[in-house]
Amino acid sequence: MHTGSPAVEAEGLRKRYGDTEALAGLDLSVPAGAVCGLLGPNGAGKTTAVRVLTTLLRPDAGRARVAGHDVTRHPDRVRAAIGLVGQHAAVDDVLTGRQNLTLFGRLHHLSRRAARARADDLLDRFGLTAATSRPVSGYSGGMRRRLDLAASLLLAPPVLFLDEPTTGLDPRARSEVWDALRALVADGTTVLLTTQYLEEADQLADTVAVVDAGRVVAEGTPERLKDGLGGDRLDVLLHHTADLTRAAATVSAALTAPCDLDPAALRISVPITDRVAALTAVLRALDEAGVGVADVAVRRPTLDEVFLRLTGERAEVAA
Amino acid sequence: MSTLSLAPRRLRWAVSDTLVLTGRSMSHWARQPAELIIGLLFPVLMVLMFGYLFGGAIAVPGGGDYREFLLPGMFAMTMAFGVEASYAAVAADAARGVTDRFRSLPMARSAVVTGRALADLLHSAAGLAVMLACGWLVGWQWRNGLAHALAAVGLLLLLRVALIWVGIHLALVLRRPESVMVLQILVWPVGFTSNAFVAPQTMPGWLAPIAEWNPLSATVAACRELFGNPGWGGDSFAAQHAVALAVAWPVLLVAVFLPLSVRRYRQLSR
Repeated sequence: MHTGSPAVEAEGLRKRYGDTEALAGLDLSVPAGAVCGLLGPNGAGKTTAVRVLTTLLRPDAGRARVAGHDVTRHPDRVRAAIGLVGQHAAVDDVLTGRQNLTLFGRLHHLSRRAARARADDLLDRFGLTAATSRPVSGYSGGMRRRLDLAASLLLAPPVLFLDEPTTGLDPRARSEVWDALRALVADGTTVLLTTQYLEEADQLADTVAVVDAGRVVAEGTPERLKDGLGGDRLDVLLHHTADLTRAAATVSAALTAPCDLDPAALRISVPITDRVAALTAVLRALDEAGVGVADVAVRRPTLDEVFLRLTGERAEVAA
Repeated sequence: MSTLSLAPRRLRWAVSDTLVLTGRSMSHWARQPAELIIGLLFPVLMVLMFGYLFGGAIAVPGGGDYREFLLPGMFAMTMAFGVEASYAAVAADAARGVTDRFRSLPMARSAVVTGRALADLLHSAAGLAVMLACGWLVGWQWRNGLAHALAAVGLLLLLRVALIWVGIHLALVLRRPESVMVLQILVWPVGFTSNAFVAPQTMPGWLAPIAEWNPLSATVAACRELFGNPGWGGDSFAAQHAVALAVAWPVLLVAVFLPLSVRRYRQLSR
């Protein structure tokens, strides 16, 4: 790989299944050593994109290069340069952790001895030493995922693909996987990660590409995407559901800005520019209107809100 | 790297990757010995059931000992049961993403199926060895010499090779490990509608030709002929050309299901 050239590069990728266009001209560029989060709702085309970039799927149109190799013309070279962690923990349940890693090491054409040494190395690194000789069927979800991750790192590939690596894991297992990923990233591995969890992208990714309907609709650092939504937000938490509409009208009038309502959380959220002025105005207006307020907070927008804003328009059209 | 050095390396990888994957299946047997043993002993149970429970009520056309008639049928049934093992293993890998992991590795792609085929063949050879020993214990024997007996064993393993491809193809189509139940059920009507347990002459007129032309029947009839065991003595074309059909049927099955499996495997990338 040439330094400076992107580790992952996609131009106009298209893939159609019958009437649905899974990829509708997807463009993407991930610099070497960066962590890119591919964020999108179910069916947005994230998995299809990963399958194309890892040579599992041939695109109908477009070009993609991974670690400097064309995915359709030199799939073998791409395969030698990547690791893939798919949506399922693709490990052998019957075999032990060490047997699994030795098996995949041998399939990477390591010698028997080198494969065993590498297996022990990785088991140690992912905190699985105690479970080395136990069959994987007895592993917890987090352990299984870590073994899966280890299996994708047998040859320390320069580019790693992770397709929803923490889907279905409990919070503890999720943080285990995140820790393992952070350690990898510190070693300079380029990572392309798909996720539905915005927190995950926020925690791990340098750049985020929001994917919707088979193309990238926004790209940038998590901070930049949040800035794009208009700076800070003010949240007002109420005591009673009955107050919700009246409070929203009051807040809107005080700031001349539209509010978002979250009835389940009894919360009103509104974009603001001047934090102190907005806070004073809203509290005074609510006091005058006689609305009981449980809490008020000024905060940065979450990636969730960025995401809903970017992908919500399509949902509204569909509804 | 030059193209000259590439070809031998590819071949070497295809062989070594095949052996690695065959070794994986053997590790499975070592890890789950109970499953292996139950699988090997199930046909023995069938021999005891049919040989001693029902055997007394079944007459062999043209006379002869029923157990000696039954054993070649059970050898072939043991091969037929193997289709379940091929299906289950391939479907489990496809459903759990292991096949995708293999496909994302720089390994020989053919090894995924050749490794499976070699492991299944070893497993069935072990099953056949157990059944031959079981046959000896219940009084069955080969009467035409070792060369003919080995030819019969060869025909049985040829049938198994054909069924490997049937199993792989069905697994790549269905990709549901739990659907192996359907195969476990279907193997019985196919087995019973053959000459394995009873002679087709004793069946209703419309069923007898189906049983005679069943690929399983060809192998069973050929084995009875080669082992020198009592046969069903029919005078139909299928009965007269059992050995030829026992070669032709598996070759035809491979000719159909091998390309279909390869196509299905390629379609995983569409």
